[in-house]
Amino acid sequence: MAELLRHDQEGAARAAGRDEGRAGPPGPADGAPDRPLARARDGLRAYRMISAMWIRSTMAYRASFAMTALGNFAATALDFAAILLMFSQVDALGGYRLPEVAFLYGAAATSFGLADLAIGSMDRLGRRVRDGTLDTLLVRPAPVLAQVAADRFALRRLGRVTQGALILGYALIALDLTWTPLKVLLIPLMLVSGAGIFMAVFVVGGAFQFLAQDASEVQNAFTYGGNTLLQYPPSVFGKDLVRGATFLVPIAFVNWLPGLYVLGRPYPLGLPSWAAFTPPLVAVACCALAGLAWRAGLRSYRSTGS
Amino acid sequence: MDTALDPDPAPAPDPDFIALDGIEKVFDVRKKTGFLRRERHQVRAVDGITFRVPRGEMVGYIGPNGAGKSTTIKMLTGILTPSGGRLRVAGIDPARERTRLARRIGVVFGQRTTLWWDLPLIDSYRLMHRMYRIPDRRYAENLDRCVQLLDLGDLLDVPVRQLSLGQRMRGDIAAALLHDPEVLYLDEPTIGLDVVSKAKVRGFLRDLNAESGTTVLLTTHDLTDIEQLCKRVMVIDHGRLMYDGPLAGLHEVGESERTLVVDLERELPPLDVESARVVKVEGPRQWLAFPAAASAAPLVAAIAARYPLVDLSVREPDIEAVIAKMYADRASS
Repeated sequence: MAELLRHDQEGAARAAGRDEGRAGPPGPADGAPDRPLARARDGLRAYRMISAMWIRSTMAYRASFAMTALGNFAATALDFAAILLMFSQVDALGGYRLPEVAFLYGAAATSFGLADLAIGSMDRLGRRVRDGTLDTLLVRPAPVLAQVAADRFALRRLGRVTQGALILGYALIALDLTWTPLKVLLIPLMLVSGAGIFMAVFVVGGAFQFLAQDASEVQNAFTYGGNTLLQYPPSVFGKDLVRGATFLVPIAFVNWLPGLYVLGRPYPLGLPSWAAFTPPLVAVACCALAGLAWRAGLRSYRSTGS
Repeated sequence: MDTALDPDPAPAPDPDFIALDGIEKVFDVRKKTGFLRRERHQVRAVDGITFRVPRGEMVGYIGPNGAGKSTTIKMLTGILTPSGGRLRVAGIDPARERTRLARRIGVVFGQRTTLWWDLPLIDSYRLMHRMYRIPDRRYAENLDRCVQLLDLGDLLDVPVRQLSLGQRMRGDIAAALLHDPEVLYLDEPTIGLDVVSKAKVRGFLRDLNAESGTTVLLTTHDLTDIEQLCKRVMVIDHGRLMYDGPLAGLHEVGESERTLVVDLERELPPLDVESARVVKVEGPRQWLAFPAAASAAPLVAAIAARYPLVDLSVREPDIEAVIAKMYADRASS
């Protein structure tokens, strides 16, 4: 132990020296918040380690994992069965035929599945704040967001991604479209940006739970609810709802805007066609805002306790 | 432990290793007074605390529930941001550099675990190994040592949720020490433990402090912890530091009393002796209180000369009573 202690003492001496050398009140921390890149790297590292641990522990019981993954897949598959059932009675839903609805559904489900797989544990934050176990995350040398997001990382959520991808695959085959390079490019862009937008919604929901600890249902309304909304064509809904989903909580950029461009249909709000290519920008902006919301939430927790 | 083989001089004395100056923590509490109506008021959980803990010291931090102990610990670990005052731990401002400080401190919460609840103990340790970037050799040595001294050998593959409270606590203490922290904070480390587990934990902490020179700050309800571990004790109540000094000094401050229990030949009215007063009579047995600083011998002689004495015993002051008296005095003044 002595070896390491000595090393640490030198660090302490340096730190103390710097502290005393600084004139006036301490400026913004020389620690984390000023170096967002270093923080992001630390966060990703912690996220990787924690999720890897959960995967290892899940894989210790392969049979059980296979069962829950299958169950997850089956549950989400039933979800699409409801849409199929509707189409057994009607030929079009809001003017959209089955392959088109399947396309929107698959895109939304895949994006949402990816976000849910990555940080679906965010809705446990409120419970952690309530029972005080959040404190134990704050004494570890890793960003809290990464620790919360990776907590109970569940590979079984791949079931949802698989289901979404299969339906998207069916739609791409069944659709009778004239493909252009732009449309082809837009599909992966749409899925990744969509996952980013959903992740931002998850994080904002988490940040909100710092203030209202019982709000995980509010978060679910936006995440799961948003996902369900996007699985149907926008023409099914009222203009105000579409406006809200476009400008207020911009989940329309997950699949509606880029998806309708691919399908060659006009967007109900009369947005210019280049808007179909903005999802990456919207995703980045959403994630940045979510990061700020998270920081504000955590700061409020650290100044008020629970 | 390799200290014997290590020619290193002892760590340089650092009297300001943990330094608090006028630390305050004010909480805004909102109370529901009706439908939608809320009343706001401020609670000063910590109200201007100043103290120093030199490197290598082991200090007890005690007080009644809600006195501000845990709030202080949370500020010292960077969980909470102080509302006012200046705070340094190993030269680091905990609130501003939480993650940098985290590498150098160990924290054990008696009431909740820092381990991953559903995973085997060893998984938590492996994760600590990587998260704290502990060199492989140090990790192996520290783990071996903790496993041996804390008796964890059979528990490493058991999921944390299946451990008993005492086992889990030992597991938690080991987890807090794998990265060679310079400071160890223990918030109620013996709460709910049986006598054997308590003894084990105390013995381990005493050795840790003596051998590795780890600075230890300990909050507890169990004054035996303090008596057995800490030369210095700080008492906090209503967010203020009421006493800071050796444990023995508490008796003087609290004007505590010892108790003389006498068994008489027969039932008698309360004895009438100078320098002591009868506090309880139960048949032929009577309890007399006298100042802790005074000798019992003259009192015993005086009683024996005048009353038919059969047997007697002297009871040392109960430290909890001392502290309770201290709180009461402070509250009434």
